[in-house]
Amino acid sequence: MEKEKDKGFIDKIWDFFASIRLAIVVFASLALTSIIGTVLEQNADPERNLRLLAKLFGKSAAPSLFNIFESLGFMDMYHSWWFVTILMLFAANLIICSIDRLPKILKVVKDPIKPLSEDRFKGFGIKKEFVLNGGPEKTKGVVSEAIKKVTGFNLSEVKEESGYQLYSQKGNYTRLGVYITHFSILVILLGAVIGIFFGFKGFLNLPEGKTYSVAFSRTGSMSQTQEFERILNAVEASAGNLQNASKLLGIDENSLRTMMRKFGIFPLGFSIRCDMFNVDFYSKSDMPKAYRSWLSVTKDGKEVIKKIIEVNEPLKYEGITFYQSSYGLVPGGVENGIFRFRAISKDGKSEEINARFGGSFTLPGTTLTAKIEDFSPALGFDQATNRPFTYAKQMNNPAVLISFFEGGNRKFGGWVLMRYPETWSLPDGYTLEFVGVWGSQYTGLQVRKDPGVWIVYLGCFAMAIGLFIAFFMSHRRIWVRLVDERHNTRVIIGASANKNKQAFERKIDTLVSHLTKTKEGGK
Amino acid sequence: MDSSTLFGIATMAYILAMIIYIVYLAFKKPQIGIIATTITVIGFITQTFAILLRWKEFYDIGKMGILRAAPLTNLYESLVFFVWCLILGYLIIEFKYKNRSFGAFVTPIAGLALAFIDLTGMDKDIHPLVPALQSNWLLAHVMMSFIAYSTFALAFSTALMYLIIKTEKRTEPSYIFWTITMGIFIVILGAMGLDYLTYKVAIKNPDVLIKSFLFKASFFSNSTAVSLVSWIIAVAFIFLLWRYGYLLKKVISGFSLSPEILEEITYKSIAIGFPIFTLGGLIFGAIWADQAWGVYWSWDPKETWSLISWFAYAFFLHSRFLRGWKGKKIAIVAVVGFVLVIFTYLGVNLLLSGLHSYGSME
Repeated sequence: MEKEKDKGFIDKIWDFFASIRLAIVVFASLALTSIIGTVLEQNADPERNLRLLAKLFGKSAAPSLFNIFESLGFMDMYHSWWFVTILMLFAANLIICSIDRLPKILKVVKDPIKPLSEDRFKGFGIKKEFVLNGGPEKTKGVVSEAIKKVTGFNLSEVKEESGYQLYSQKGNYTRLGVYITHFSILVILLGAVIGIFFGFKGFLNLPEGKTYSVAFSRTGSMSQTQEFERILNAVEASAGNLQNASKLLGIDENSLRTMMRKFGIFPLGFSIRCDMFNVDFYSKSDMPKAYRSWLSVTKDGKEVIKKIIEVNEPLKYEGITFYQSSYGLVPGGVENGIFRFRAISKDGKSEEINARFGGSFTLPGTTLTAKIEDFSPALGFDQATNRPFTYAKQMNNPAVLISFFEGGNRKFGGWVLMRYPETWSLPDGYTLEFVGVWGSQYTGLQVRKDPGVWIVYLGCFAMAIGLFIAFFMSHRRIWVRLVDERHNTRVIIGASANKNKQAFERKIDTLVSHLTKTKEGGK
Repeated sequence: MDSSTLFGIATMAYILAMIIYIVYLAFKKPQIGIIATTITVIGFITQTFAILLRWKEFYDIGKMGILRAAPLTNLYESLVFFVWCLILGYLIIEFKYKNRSFGAFVTPIAGLALAFIDLTGMDKDIHPLVPALQSNWLLAHVMMSFIAYSTFALAFSTALMYLIIKTEKRTEPSYIFWTITMGIFIVILGAMGLDYLTYKVAIKNPDVLIKSFLFKASFFSNSTAVSLVSWIIAVAFIFLLWRYGYLLKKVISGFSLSPEILEEITYKSIAIGFPIFTLGGLIFGAIWADQAWGVYWSWDPKETWSLISWFAYAFFLHSRFLRGWKGKKIAIVAVVGFVLVIFTYLGVNLLLSGLHSYGSME
């Protein structure tokens, strides 16, 4: 008695999870909450969402609405506990639904096809009937050969009272396509979960010429406290070797790791250096053509990889991938950067020159001294006044203002623009090419380690196969009765397909016309 | 001859075909039907050449290889490709079902999509690819997404026709549903057309569009009177559509289209579109995002909305297979699904921001 009641309860839970009603509720709540998540900006500055709410519901209602949404987790809703719960309900529903239905489907898939009784032939969607010359013994071979030729089916046969019955099926396994698709969703979710628990998603703003052996998490407390700096400096001083770093700090390695986790500092296990960063533009426009970083990876003091990465061309090493994601000017980068020039004299001799902001250098083979007076990352000229101004914060159009002196007297000067070769020539046929400022920009790298991504890809692959089977392949069955009718044969065909019945019917029609034609030919 | 001239010819051909298909419906003369089909085919061939020519023009400008010169990189090009797929899908249906009446419903969608390009003053210039789009996934992802979108559009029009034929009473929920959906569609398009006629500006970016122009000539006008009149006209229009919607039923019932065929086309279009959308839209999109940004899924608005549309069509398929839903109920799901698709495609770019901002009218 007790046991039965218990079972009833479990059955109820089972039925709840296997129900389509739950599936509909889960679908609908995922969709509806997701919509809210696309309207409210996720992980954004509170100001922005406050403004948005004020626009939609009025200024007075905005702050309290914001508080309600924030306390419910809507500002980062795709990671909130309740959204993850709905996703888990979705997975549970999928698993239990599949287990619930699988035995029935497996039976259809595995059971061999059986001959049918006479009255069962009436209920087919595809039904054909015609008469062939000669008795069943004679026509049997012709019919089965024709079926094999047109449909590719291998027939089984059974002797009946008044003749024969031929039957066959194909594609019974295609009924599992739906389950492969459902299963693949679970595989993808599993991969995502593995990625969340064992992966790392962060960033690294790497200035030109700098080396780092860590990356930073966006969610870690990024407040640049003294402690944060102290740990970071120790780790970098020992080139990422945490054992040495913990000795430097005078703590044990495990507590160092704990502290790093707290500060969102992720040890790479190797060092990465940005040798150079560059933005290419389409001819003279400000439309970017390529963002490129020249990266090199060092492990245990040895350089192991050198690669130029672009937006769709990341660098991968030891399971950690570096993606080109942003860039910018390093604070104080211009003052500390190296201005690179190439001086080409009249006779074509070229020489590389490095200089500092505010510094001077002598043009090789002349008595001219060049002084870097000013710099603009993006120089434009006002259309009305023709006055120079800086139109962007990024290095869209770098330019240096250079004055040339001879014996202490300013001879001439002007703006030299990196992207405009016509500004490189000096009055006496000399060319001073402005190559760029090295060390003034950083490359913004997205850093990711995701051991689950291959499982996700595997799931995607399974889903593609499952969908193909589920939508474009079908389970086709055919039964043919050959009935003796005064030394002729009445052929009765019944056939079914669980998908795309018309295509199968067309095949059967071809078969029928094929058979009836040979009959006429035989006359 | 350049691609834009050919696009112009194709657009004219579709609009002409639309008129002739409607004339064909009125008079039911087979010769007229043949003319309509011929003009559609001519438009289609011209458009095919136009797309190939633009591909070549893009290739010559971009110099990035043939696969990365596919003209599918902005709103204008994608709409053109959508129309191309839609007409191709229609021609296949006309050939398979030997029925031309349906043309009177599909060619207007093609015409409307092309009119939308001009009404919004969309940028038609060829722009070289920004770094994020320089990937071979662009071709596969965008092309498959739009093939799927056009199958959904076909399903939408057959489902809507099904609803129009099958609804009997004005108080019936399905009847109210289709009249209001159709009414809102027409009102929004009309309001956008009015914006364009009033301001005559080619919209350069969505922010400016939303803030300064969208519905400013009607609903959001600075003048309270204009705004009020607009709302009244919109509501009145939807009311009239509801009141006299049955007239449309008479027109469509006159076609030799049975509800069964409409239902079948709805299902088949979705059954073809759904796997293509899953693979090309969601899976290829995720793989590409993984390569470019290092996250295969980031819940950005475009991704989230495509997932919502995917849910809608998954719901369509499941309710049909498991619950045996038929008829009006499932037709409503097909209509709602396409409304979600339109929002995924246009609404997200125009109204919501996200990683996918490259698809906007820049």
